[in-house]
Amino acid sequence: MTALLISFFSYRFHVKTTKTKSFIGLIIPLCAVLLALAIGAIMLLSLGANPISGYATMFGAAFGSVEGFSETAVKSIPLLLVGVGICIAFRANVINIGGEGQMVMGALLATAIALAFPDIPSLLLIPMVLLAGAVGGAFWGAIAGALKAYFNVSEILSTIMLNIVAVQFMNFLLRGPMIDPAEIARGTGIPQTMRLTENADLPILIEGMRMHLGVVVALFVAVAAYILLWRTAMGFRLRSVGYNPHASRYAGISVPKNVTSALAFSGAMAGIAGAILVFGSESHRMVTDGGSTGFTGSAGFNGIVVALLAGLHPLWSIPSALLFGGMLVGANALQRAAQVPSALIIALNGLIVVFVVSSEYFKQRTLQAGRVEQEEDDDE
Amino acid sequence: MDFDIFIQILAAAIAAGTPFVYAALGELVTEKSGVLNLGVEGMMLVGAISGFIAMAKTGSLIVAILCGMSAGALMAFIFAVLTLTLMANQVASGLALTIFGVGLSAFLGLKYTSIALPGVPEIHIPFLSDIPVLGRLFFSYDILIYSSLILFAAISWFLYKTKAGLILRGIGEAPKSAHALGYNVIGIRYLAVLFGGAMAGLGGVYLSVAYTPMWVEGMVAGRGWVALALVVFATWRPARVMAGAYLFGGITIAQFHIQGFGIEIPAQLLSMLPYIATIIVLVFISRDQNTIRLNSPASLGQTYHPNNQ
Repeated sequence: MTALLISFFSYRFHVKTTKTKSFIGLIIPLCAVLLALAIGAIMLLSLGANPISGYATMFGAAFGSVEGFSETAVKSIPLLLVGVGICIAFRANVINIGGEGQMVMGALLATAIALAFPDIPSLLLIPMVLLAGAVGGAFWGAIAGALKAYFNVSEILSTIMLNIVAVQFMNFLLRGPMIDPAEIARGTGIPQTMRLTENADLPILIEGMRMHLGVVVALFVAVAAYILLWRTAMGFRLRSVGYNPHASRYAGISVPKNVTSALAFSGAMAGIAGAILVFGSESHRMVTDGGSTGFTGSAGFNGIVVALLAGLHPLWSIPSALLFGGMLVGANALQRAAQVPSALIIALNGLIVVFVVSSEYFKQRTLQAGRVEQEEDDDE
Repeated sequence: MDFDIFIQILAAAIAAGTPFVYAALGELVTEKSGVLNLGVEGMMLVGAISGFIAMAKTGSLIVAILCGMSAGALMAFIFAVLTLTLMANQVASGLALTIFGVGLSAFLGLKYTSIALPGVPEIHIPFLSDIPVLGRLFFSYDILIYSSLILFAAISWFLYKTKAGLILRGIGEAPKSAHALGYNVIGIRYLAVLFGGAMAGLGGVYLSVAYTPMWVEGMVAGRGWVALALVVFATWRPARVMAGAYLFGGITIAQFHIQGFGIEIPAQLLSMLPYIATIIVLVFISRDQNTIRLNSPASLGQTYHPNNQ
């Protein structure tokens, strides 16, 4: 019996460290992306566009030049930040679909700070607005977290509802109290704030390009989230609650507290993304079109795709976010070059998730097959 | 005069609640079999645009309904293959389905954004529709609203009065026992998921063809998620789904009328109402964990491995 247990554990350990697993872990998301692109090719064909030249246009626009890559990096920022937040939430077994609303609330609070204190020097104001973004998002996330932790309300449903509430609140503020006075004077009434103070502009990293400080912030947050999850006691508690709430409670870890903080962390990161979207934008205003994704550009949802493709790992989220950011840039280029609608890319994103999700089955099977081989080896 | 307005609001609430009725009753059947499909929003959107295109091309309501239902069922089929055959996680697959549906419907609907359809005429029943108040309240709707009532009756009867319904519920409660008794768990769950998809698609068709006869990107506007919440709200009982659907239809309509009564609240804040109401109702329903545990299908959301006994 003991021998069996020892062999079981050593074999578990063996499988975990074996190269096959990390290899499979990498190859499966790649296959998922390729399969989705293949279906995208069929859709391109149906539109009368040449898929090969179409994809070449996309890839060239997104990664083919320094300018293109700079654009891709900027587009990846919100995806990465939301995705990293999703990693934390999902690891704690909290399904946060509220990235959209959390981005909006973060951006609104950050914008309010910038409107209220336009004269604070950049060195202080930029950290302030980013922090405000984090607080706004964390607050919005914590509402859903507390509802789940203390009232047992499904966070899937509450975060979705809070998304819609946040968007309407934004529409109200940007058409009412926060609207640019010039818009009222001109009578155009575009729902946007005035040009926010220059002190809050995120500094450009490379002269003549769009890449700004937000890229550094996003990378920093990704690394910080990795450290939080795997190098701190708090991260251990979050993952523990996600893995087995009953055992965690038995070990003295408060499940409600950790569920709430998981959603607050997740929301904070989405909130930072929202703030960066405002202060890193070219118009340096908060602007929407009144639609449900008018401000965020669906980054709150696509961040989930990023995190799932990255296997819920904050560091793997970096290449994953770059891929989806590149797809957004490429889709715009494709739209200009071949009049291919960018809605195609949203559908592709969904397909990638579909394939990533289904690949879990093949991953398990491959690993199981490896396990059987292993056992046979052990017998010898 | 005020009474007239009241009747009008009630009648409008019934119409506004009907997409919820279809989507939530479909999801109810799916969830009763133990499968949680979070893709309702996506299935409704694809159903809405498919029905709309069919209606714009053929002008036939029947074709539109069939197209929308098949499109919803097709989306559900993708979900079923993922979760039932490939045993993927139901939550992640449902989310994927919604994200895919949002993109696909926007893609399909590109050429249809500027078209308006004639809408679906109300059925005028001689004599009955002409009764002053009752006529307006009960006999002045289009065919899709009446059929949603038939659907409700049929589902209630099916779930609680037929052997097939009993088997479906049994599978949701204890799939292993059902399997041991010789029932095809996966097969029956496939049917339940497909039915849920078809109904979500029909709810979408109602929106794009009858309720607001035009196509706007993302026009389902969170109704699919509200439908999911309604199933919880109703503690998995068809009659309460109906009550919840009309209640939310009423709240949706109320926001248009509150301003008419001279109360000055910005429109954007009013349109938060149905969603805040959903959250509050969910708090009240979910607060007591035992209610949820007693009423929800025991195997809801869990992957079933037929060979893993």
